[in-house]
Amino acid sequence: MSLSPQDIERIAHLARIRVTPADVLDVQAKLDGIFKLIDEMQAVNTQGIEPMSHGLDMVLRLRDDVVTEIDHREKYQKNAPEAAEGYFLVPKVIE
Amino acid sequence: MSWNTFSTVAETVNALDDKKVSAVELASHYLDRAEALQPVLNAYVTLDREKTLAEAKVADQKRATGEAAPLLGVPIAHKDIYLIDGWRTTCGSKMLENFVAPYTSTVVKNMSAAGMVTLGKLNMDEFAMGSSNETSYFGTVKNPWDLTRVPGGSSGGSAASVAAGLTPASTGTDTGGSIRQPAMFCNLTGLKPTYGVCSRFGIIAFASSLDQAGPFAQTAEDCALLLNAMAGFDANDATSLDRPKENYSRDLAKPLTGLRIGLPKEFFGEGVAPGIAKAVDDALAVYRKLGAATVQVSLPNVKYSVPAYYVVAPAEASSNLSRFDGVRFGHRAEKYDDLLDMYKRSRAEGFGPEVKRRILIGTYVLSHGYYDAYYLQAGKLRRLIAEDFKRAYEVCDVVMGPTAPESAFQFGSKSDDPVKMYLNDIFTICANLTGQPAMSHPCGVDENGQHVGMQIIGNYLDEARMLNVAHQFQLATDWHKRHPSI
Repeated sequence: MSLSPQDIERIAHLARIRVTPADVLDVQAKLDGIFKLIDEMQAVNTQGIEPMSHGLDMVLRLRDDVVTEIDHREKYQKNAPEAAEGYFLVPKVIE
Repeated sequence: MSWNTFSTVAETVNALDDKKVSAVELASHYLDRAEALQPVLNAYVTLDREKTLAEAKVADQKRATGEAAPLLGVPIAHKDIYLIDGWRTTCGSKMLENFVAPYTSTVVKNMSAAGMVTLGKLNMDEFAMGSSNETSYFGTVKNPWDLTRVPGGSSGGSAASVAAGLTPASTGTDTGGSIRQPAMFCNLTGLKPTYGVCSRFGIIAFASSLDQAGPFAQTAEDCALLLNAMAGFDANDATSLDRPKENYSRDLAKPLTGLRIGLPKEFFGEGVAPGIAKAVDDALAVYRKLGAATVQVSLPNVKYSVPAYYVVAPAEASSNLSRFDGVRFGHRAEKYDDLLDMYKRSRAEGFGPEVKRRILIGTYVLSHGYYDAYYLQAGKLRRLIAEDFKRAYEVCDVVMGPTAPESAFQFGSKSDDPVKMYLNDIFTICANLTGQPAMSHPCGVDENGQHVGMQIIGNYLDEARMLNVAHQFQLATDWHKRHPSI
């Protein structure tokens, strides 16, 4: 498989990463190399194999539906690029 | 018991018990060394003398009043991926250059509860993506054995700091070999426990189904002491194993008579540098002398580890790293047109090239229509690789081989070719895909004088046995006792 410059631009848009036209060619070349490596696994017949995500096949726990957290808003918002009156500020979205 | 810069954790505990040294003296000594060697090695991202000395004082007070904790007053440095309340936590990225953690990771909490004193935050590849520490926004870490060579990665600072005697021990994380490969490159013992043994809570996530925390130290005995402190069930980590606490030191003294070592032919192929193959063979001869038997095993699907990994890890990373959007924390671009442009510019500026590449790969393999061909196929390969190991454990107790096919390499020699870099992790990645415990211990040098690591891969939850195996090797050899002249 090989990716076109349009593919790179589409993926970058989905990933919300700005790429300049100058970036695209370099990214395309490196990603092509990586996908050549990845595509080696397509040779394996895995029909009927159950995919694995956890070695001990554990099932995720559910916790009781109770309040466990106290209010950390002020502390957490100290790391925000822009916050005011308890809100995270972003550029105007709705006119 | 007397004490020096290269005392092990076990020796440091004895020296503290015997009042040969205080926690404050230890902290000051290692802080002085860390500051003096920072311009040379660049092992730390953040040091905070005041915070460290305050912790050390508390440890000394506790000792004075007879309050006990297993590692009370022993210094430890943490990879800068662990959140510690009030400490800057960067994950090696411009994205988090000014991020101050608002809470503490469970592993660090556990180690503090065991009495350990935090020395600082260690340099690393950006978001733990790298095998050479060259992707860090804060500059490369130098290998203390040879300043022209990489320390390994992603936990490069964790390895360099212990090797150079800037701390007796450190924490790392291992998603594809990030503890074991730098442990080999810096002549240390490093352990990646079974997935779920150490809590991932408060560790900045890279690939959630692969990430696991573990210790770096000079010896297997120290790794056992450190794991005793680190490990334990944590309700805050949905994949934490709910099981009783274990004493990982319990089997250290057992003789190796009757131990069956499986040697996968896939780990001894032509890709392995001759000097590494020789050192590993010599080490296996030592194991045989200690009473172990070696048996050939085969892991036919292990060759698909790297391709499967480069689907799973980027896919999970692209999802995990979507939280960095310049809104709630992290870097925000100065100039932008609208909200979408702000996201795109903030992420383009905040992430380095390797992190962006992995996000793009992950985004692609998870995009509409590709899931079955990539993430699902990789998940099935994980099962096949795990079944290979299961078959191997019918005839052996542990699997061994070289930790990496090549020893510490020169700066810049792989940084332009991601695939070349990825293949350095060819022997370590399988244990992350299966979730098995794996470790590396020093076992010799190659023709360039660079260090060689023996990887021990164990069955699930078999850490105590692996530590026993490595400890017995270290009683019979002195590779782990060598230190760089720095």
